[in-house]
Amino acid sequence: MTPLSQLLPGQFGKLASLNPERGVDQRLMALGLLPGMVLKLIRRAPLGDPLAIEFGGQVVSLRLAEAENLIVDVSADCPIQRPRQP
Amino acid sequence: MSTPEAGLLVALVGNPNTGKSTLFNALTGLRQRVGNYPGVTVARKSGTCDLGDGQKVELVDLPGLYSLAAASPDEQVVIDALSGNIAGDRRPDAVVLVVDATNLLRNLFLASQVAELGRPVVIVLNQADVAKEQGLRIDTELLSRRLGGVPVVLSSAWKGEGILDVRRAIASAVAKQTPMKRVVWLTNIAAALADVAVAAAADTGKPISDADAQRLLFDTNPTTADRLGWTITQRDKTLRSARDRVRNSGYNPMAAEPLVHYAHLRVILEGVVTEGAGKAGRSAAVDRLLLHRFLGPVLFLGIMLGFFGSVFWLAKFPMEWIQFGVDWTKAIVAPQLDAYPMLQSLLADGIIGGVGAFLVFLPQILILFLFIGILEDSGYMARAAFIMDRLFSWCGLNGKSFVPLLSGFACAIPSLLSTRTIEDPKARLATAFVVPFMSCSARFPVYALMCAAFIGPLYGPGWQSIVMIGMHCVGLLFAVPTAFVLTRLVLKVKPQPFVLELPRYQMPKPRDVVWRMWQNAAEFVSKAGTVIFAITIIVWALSYFPRDASVAERIKAANPAASEEVVKAKLQAAYVEQSYMGRFGKAVQPIFDPLGFDWKITVGVLASFPAREVIVSTLGVTYSVGEDAEADSQHLRKAMQDAKWSEGPRAGTPIFSLAAVLALMVFFALCSQCGPTIATLAQETGGWKWAAGSFVYMTALAWLAGTAVYQVVIRLT
Repeated sequence: MTPLSQLLPGQFGKLASLNPERGVDQRLMALGLLPGMVLKLIRRAPLGDPLAIEFGGQVVSLRLAEAENLIVDVSADCPIQRPRQP
Repeated sequence: MSTPEAGLLVALVGNPNTGKSTLFNALTGLRQRVGNYPGVTVARKSGTCDLGDGQKVELVDLPGLYSLAAASPDEQVVIDALSGNIAGDRRPDAVVLVVDATNLLRNLFLASQVAELGRPVVIVLNQADVAKEQGLRIDTELLSRRLGGVPVVLSSAWKGEGILDVRRAIASAVAKQTPMKRVVWLTNIAAALADVAVAAAADTGKPISDADAQRLLFDTNPTTADRLGWTITQRDKTLRSARDRVRNSGYNPMAAEPLVHYAHLRVILEGVVTEGAGKAGRSAAVDRLLLHRFLGPVLFLGIMLGFFGSVFWLAKFPMEWIQFGVDWTKAIVAPQLDAYPMLQSLLADGIIGGVGAFLVFLPQILILFLFIGILEDSGYMARAAFIMDRLFSWCGLNGKSFVPLLSGFACAIPSLLSTRTIEDPKARLATAFVVPFMSCSARFPVYALMCAAFIGPLYGPGWQSIVMIGMHCVGLLFAVPTAFVLTRLVLKVKPQPFVLELPRYQMPKPRDVVWRMWQNAAEFVSKAGTVIFAITIIVWALSYFPRDASVAERIKAANPAASEEVVKAKLQAAYVEQSYMGRFGKAVQPIFDPLGFDWKITVGVLASFPAREVIVSTLGVTYSVGEDAEADSQHLRKAMQDAKWSEGPRAGTPIFSLAAVLALMVFFALCSQCGPTIATLAQETGGWKWAAGSFVYMTALAWLAGTAVYQVVIRLT
């Protein structure tokens, strides 16, 4: 179990938990980032923050501080190919 | 808010980056009206849409959004518009949901929320051409059946394909009134929603719709409760027990809505999309270059400097033409009225000058919006915000503040209009508030005059450049702490999380970009234009009246041998001196004394509140070298260099000492001397509160900083 903020560029993970009370997580849930969803950290911005992540066929940017509370499971059987919907 | 009598109203709703505005333009054919929703700074765009059979409906383009959770003003407007809660607007007779055909699941989440409102809907799978390219095949008939028989059509608004199908689908939705299939809530959640609806209806005395009940139960923010007038004491207990009920069914009440909707949609989409062979998008490859750790920022700087450099340079020519046109009109009109000097001056300096004062901003506004349109529609704007966010996040702004702040160095007016691209209302307000600190091009003539007349001759061209560059940084130096204090201490609004979609790159559609540019310019002229015009007339009147004939006689008598030109210049100076503005300047000069300003500079400062560059011509008048003085005028420089205090403790010393020159430049760097900026700020922040605050704050800051500079430098030199 790793915070999303510690993923390496290119690394996949499966979202284990988020905090639905927080505004950021509510936004991400609306975009379809729900527990069990496979995501990939694409890159960090040139200054190290924010991050670009890909899930459900879309690329979304979020700040490092906001990514710390998103816990991902990197050992889960994540598909190597691009996660696609539906 | 004008709506056709008894006509039908159809709302266009969708996620951002779905081509919704392109579709809107294609459906309405640019027969559009732009207004504002009452009380918020959200634009209301509507137009007339022909349904293909001669029937016409009013189509309203609602702001793009991902969810109906009422977190931002845009989202609140969409909920209100769809529920018919906007004063002067009817409840829409049908809702067109614009969906990105390449990402049905995410886009249909909003559709599924909208379905809860019970309005008839049309699902438009836009950007169908891109989906096809990617090898996605969508079974629209199956999707339509699964969604309860609502029309589902494919379109590619960019290419103009499928537009007629969309028109027909709207006609059929309006005629048949088929609602979209709604999600099935688990028993416990349904019971919790019913509890909330019953309690809220009992407390407020109003019927509570299903959609409102969901907002009350699922949203953490109280906007919906506040709108319904359900007070915190009334709702607290009900909501807590209803949320406990949801929790008992195994769902976190704050996560239940997306979880249930997405589960519902996964079932609906089963077998609807088949993936065939297709090209993956090129966006990822482009991003590898444009967001590269080293190359990304270099290319970013190149693009921004290229764009904003050209706003500056491209606008220069039309601005010169406008100035030329204004001067030419004056030259034609003025001689016709030689017999009526008051009317002549009112027309030439007041009215024509006033029209010119806001027309001159148009080129910059048009070009800036052209570029912003290209940046946004291509998808690069989101990347620019991604690259720059780190530099702005610490002081409460975000990456999207960058473009307005950068363009502020050209002109604050278009830059204030461009803050509309910032979704977070708090960051938008803070950005708009600090934009006027950026050293705009109207400050340049002031710096240029002071540097050329005093810094250069006394200290050499090296120092002249250093002072010029330094003056451009003064505003920035104050802007950053101002933003920090404003967002941390003054604005009590909760900051919005900076979650930003990095959309697929695409070619901007010229018609959309040009049309949006035009709409922004028209709005500026109609709103800020009138205020700018009024301010110019008022300042004209203050520096024209009273105009006593005895002044002319006195000047002529005192200078019997002088040439006509010299007499004219001296007369102008005398007129200004005894005008209301001149008298006021003399009266308030003591306020500016700590900055080392004499009454002539004070009049210049006062006269340049509507537009700071006016100081140069005002100094030209008060120093009797004529009003046509420009920053590089030798006469004006000489007159200023020779000016000495005639009385008081400083009598005999030059007025323009190094201390006074620096104080004057710092004062101009910080002071809120721009009527158009104040007018635009009021327009963009939805009231005069922030505009007045900006005026008082900047002017006070300018006075303090100018005083500090003068008092320190005068003691050192």
